[in-house]
Amino acid sequence: MRTLGISGIGLFCFFSLLLVSSPAVPIEHEVHKKFLVPPPPFSEGIFPCSQCHQGMPVNRTPRKLEMMHQDIVLNHMPGGWCFDCHNPDNRDTLRLANGKIVTFEESYNLCGQCHGTILREWKAGLHGKRTGMWNGEKQYLLCVHCHWPHDPVFKAITPMPPPVRPSDIK
Amino acid sequence: MEQDESRQRGMHRRDFLRGAALGLAGLALPLDRADASFWEAFFQKHFREMNDEEIKQVISRLEKEYAQKFKKQIEIGADKPIPGVLYGYGLDLSRCIGCRRCVYGCVAENNQSIDPQIHWITVLRFRKGEKWVDLENSEKYYSPEKVPEEEYFYMPVQCQQCENPPCVRACPTQATWKEPDGIVVIDYNWCIGCRYCMAACPYGARRFNWGAPNRPEEKINPKTHYLGNRPRYRGVVEKCTFCIQRTRKDPGRYPACVEACPVGARKFGNLLDPNSEIRYAIEHKRVFRLKEDLNTSPKFYYFFAYGR
Ligand code: HEC
Ligand code: HEC
Ligand code: HEC
Ligand code: HEC
Repeated sequence: MRTLGISGIGLFCFFSLLLVSSPAVPIEHEVHKKFLVPPPPFSEGIFPCSQCHQGMPVNRTPRKLEMMHQDIVLNHMPGGWCFDCHNPDNRDTLRLANGKIVTFEESYNLCGQCHGTILREWKAGLHGKRTGMWNGEKQYLLCVHCHWPHDPVFKAITPMPPPVRPSDIK
Repeated sequence: MEQDESRQRGMHRRDFLRGAALGLAGLALPLDRADASFWEAFFQKHFREMNDEEIKQVISRLEKEYAQKFKKQIEIGADKPIPGVLYGYGLDLSRCIGCRRCVYGCVAENNQSIDPQIHWITVLRFRKGEKWVDLENSEKYYSPEKVPEEEYFYMPVQCQQCENPPCVRACPTQATWKEPDGIVVIDYNWCIGCRYCMAACPYGARRFNWGAPNRPEEKINPKTHYLGNRPRYRGVVEKCTFCIQRTRKDPGRYPACVEACPVGARKFGNLLDPNSEIRYAIEHKRVFRLKEDLNTSPKFYYFFAYGR
């Protein structure tokens, strides 16, 4: 990419003025900082999962689900299965590859295992979206607010109407 | 027309001043208009020359006029620039899907006229791989079933908040100027509608009210700023102000277009704060600005976060 043919793309000289006195980029704080997030986008009534799964036998066999969750067909990380992410011992939580348990409010740490660069940019506010105050408290949309974890490609949506053409004006 | 009171007064005042210069003062004086509010409007000083008390008076006069006209309380703020803040905006073109949620989010927040239609944001569509055409020749009326479309990318354009704004230089009445926080603003009570600024803007970002702006009262956002989204008049120019009524608060909300964007392509913050998301974008991505050769130095940065 990056054969930007638009007229006048060059280096930004204005900004370099501002940078003269600023120190190097701050180091990323990878330690477990929690981020304010809106509630996870569960379907109505599905959470807590334990309302059904408590006491229900765990079935680790990859298969097509027929009694429940029929809408979940994995199209993500080829060869993966439910328990790469969900915790078989407590369905109300998620489980990382290293055995660490995380809540659904922290599902970004689950995604970050394999999408590390994106997680870093998400924390910086670049990937995904923050809402709230630009100079105060911010909420981070979870990865799963935009990516259905079982089939994460961002889905196409209907655009809002185009502007009226001058010729459409009576 | 009757809703253009205040603006007509502005016009009269300037006709009068022009007349006065020619020694014809008496002729231009509308003697039948002797009420106090008329004369207050008539002698309103330039916004930047008013002290806080004078600004307060102007605002309470306008609030009364708006209340009468819209049958609804409209609050006009005059928040000043926050020291140490220079606003910057980033737009990730590798994410934008051209859905126009930003356009309509902006219309609702900033009280744009619905009919005649005014949009401060225009989303342009370009075919991938082709050399980018100039802004004027791109497609803005695209209307497919779904976006994004495989073969296109999209570029929203709005006021670029230039450090060196040609529109400001073009204005004969100093009705538009750049504030210390970088926002280019317009005083709708000083604008005489000559549209020189529109001709001067290389980004086509300014809009003119050819007719009286028209917006259902219940849809008017009552939280406004004098230099931002307060109701406009026929015959004045308007444009994006980075949502001055929201962003000039501490703490202040993100601009409406940032909030409306479903893919998170829009980034906003303080260019002077090394931890802001806009600084992160500038330092980690290859950013560019539109028509950089013109030396307008926009504070609106475009970038591709991911290769295409
Ligand atoms: C990539 C990791 C991952 C895999 C693999 C995965 N899930 Fe999930 N799943 C998640 C995350 C994260 C959520 C939480 C979404 C949210 O916060 O709303 C979730 C949510 C759910 C939900 C709640 C959905 C709803 O409608 O709200 C169900 C049910 C579920 N998963 C079942 C499964 C099943 C069954 C499988 C295997 C076929 C599976 N998941 C595989 C990560 C995964
Ligand atoms: C209404 C009851 C119900 C709820 C609520 C429910 N499940 Fe299930 N779940 C089931 C049933 C029944 C199966 C077995 C489906 C089959 O074998 O076809 C199942 C299967 C699964 C499986 C496949 C592995 C296995 O043990 O069979 C996963 C993973 C799973 N559920 C995760 C979740 C998660 C995560 C939630 C909460 C977000 C959740 N479920 C909520 C009823 C439920
Ligand atoms: C165990 C590793 C792993 C985890 C955990 C994981 N992913 Fe992925 N993800 C992958 C792999 C591998 C691919 C590329 C697969 C492909 O191209 O089909 C991928 C692809 C994606 C894509 C791109 C899809 C596309 O085709 O453009 C998105 C979006 C995504 N993941 C989101 C998530 C989210 C959100 C989570 C957390 C809920 C997550 N991933 C957790 C391994 C993982
Ligand atoms: C505000 C919505 C939003 C949020 C939140 C979000 N993403 Fe994305 N993500 C997108 C969009 C839009 C794309 C581009 C999709 C496309 O091009 O098809 C994308 C692309 C991706 C891709 C594909 C690789 C690429 O560069 O195109 C991965 C992987 C991914 N996201 C992972 C994540 C993870 C992990 C998180 C959380 C840490 C996250 N996303 C949060 C909107 C979001």
